[in-house]
Amino acid sequence: MFPRPFWSPLWAGIALGLALFLTFVLTGHGLGASGFFTRLTAEAGQWLAPELTAANRYLGDYVRGEPLQAWITWEVLGAFVGALVGALSGRRFRPQIERGPSSGVGSRLVLALVGGVLTGLGARLARGCTSGLGLSGGAALAVGGFVFLICFFAAGFLFSFIVRRYWQ
Amino acid sequence: MIWPLYDSGIAAGLLAGFLFGFVLENAGFGSPRKLTGQFRLEDWSVFKVMFTAVIVAALLLWLSKQMGLMGNGSYYVPSPFYVAMAVGGLLIGAGFAIGGYCPGTSVAGLAGGRIDAFVFMIGMLLGTALFAAWFGPLEQLYLATPGPEGQTLMDLTGVPEWLIILALAALAWGGFRLGSTLERKLGGPYQASDLYRESNKQN
Repeated sequence: MFPRPFWSPLWAGIALGLALFLTFVLTGHGLGASGFFTRLTAEAGQWLAPELTAANRYLGDYVRGEPLQAWITWEVLGAFVGALVGALSGRRFRPQIERGPSSGVGSRLVLALVGGVLTGLGARLARGCTSGLGLSGGAALAVGGFVFLICFFAAGFLFSFIVRRYWQ
Repeated sequence: MIWPLYDSGIAAGLLAGFLFGFVLENAGFGSPRKLTGQFRLEDWSVFKVMFTAVIVAALLLWLSKQMGLMGNGSYYVPSPFYVAMAVGGLLIGAGFAIGGYCPGTSVAGLAGGRIDAFVFMIGMLLGTALFAAWFGPLEQLYLATPGPEGQTLMDLTGVPEWLIILALAALAWGGFRLGSTLERKLGGPYQASDLYRESNKQN
């Protein structure tokens, strides 16, 4: 099964810009992602350590209501379905552990986990991620969004040097 | 002023998300090799797609305000916390280079069948839990250097909105040219056929 080609970056960017604008028109705010993972952490905390989570000053507010009952939950669910439809219709759905040719499964999964931890920490500190703060904040021409984007790219280039052998 | 509709219901969430995920996947942003190619300078898709999207959305928002369809200050502009957003951006940039995803693209990665994207998500949950556990010592950093509420580039510079968008478009144009030159030199960008060629043999 040969995959269909990706959209060109220009057309994909225009399509993403239209989707983002439509989101602003519909809701009065942009797209996001990390907020869902905060809520999922609160939900998991409620199951695994209810007292600790309720007493936590950051997550406590989330568990006073139903943490997952929020717009962002539906948006991320929609994004999953949209990407699944994209992968299936593009003949690009492959169960796999995607990694560089010289990288083993073990090291790839360790790096994925470490990257995820850094991202989880960073998104909470910044109050958003590449979608919510970079993309949506950028479209709203927010200063915070551009501060975030500049630092995101700077650290990306720096750390890419350290781990590039795992990807190439 | 008929926009925004302020409809943050289930259907609006599913629709916005569906389009978001569909575009991300079709741009190739489910693949961590393609995504991290940005930082090896061999694939400039992340820069190109993000910058184009920011400019298209910013231009349409500006036009809607010009045409009286959308009110000034009617949509959400995040307020800056300069240091926290800078440090958070550094951490997410590092996490992206190391782990291969950001939160949104990990959803696209998992939807395409990638187990590494699922592991990245587990890492994000752990990172969020760590942030919550360390919130005491981190709070000072979290709240440090707040800027004006909803501060925009226009507020910061005094330059009119259309000129900011024009300047961003000029920057993007330069980035597209530089990116395409480097892509040619370094053998990029990743095509779908490069990334999925041996996919059934992998693992």
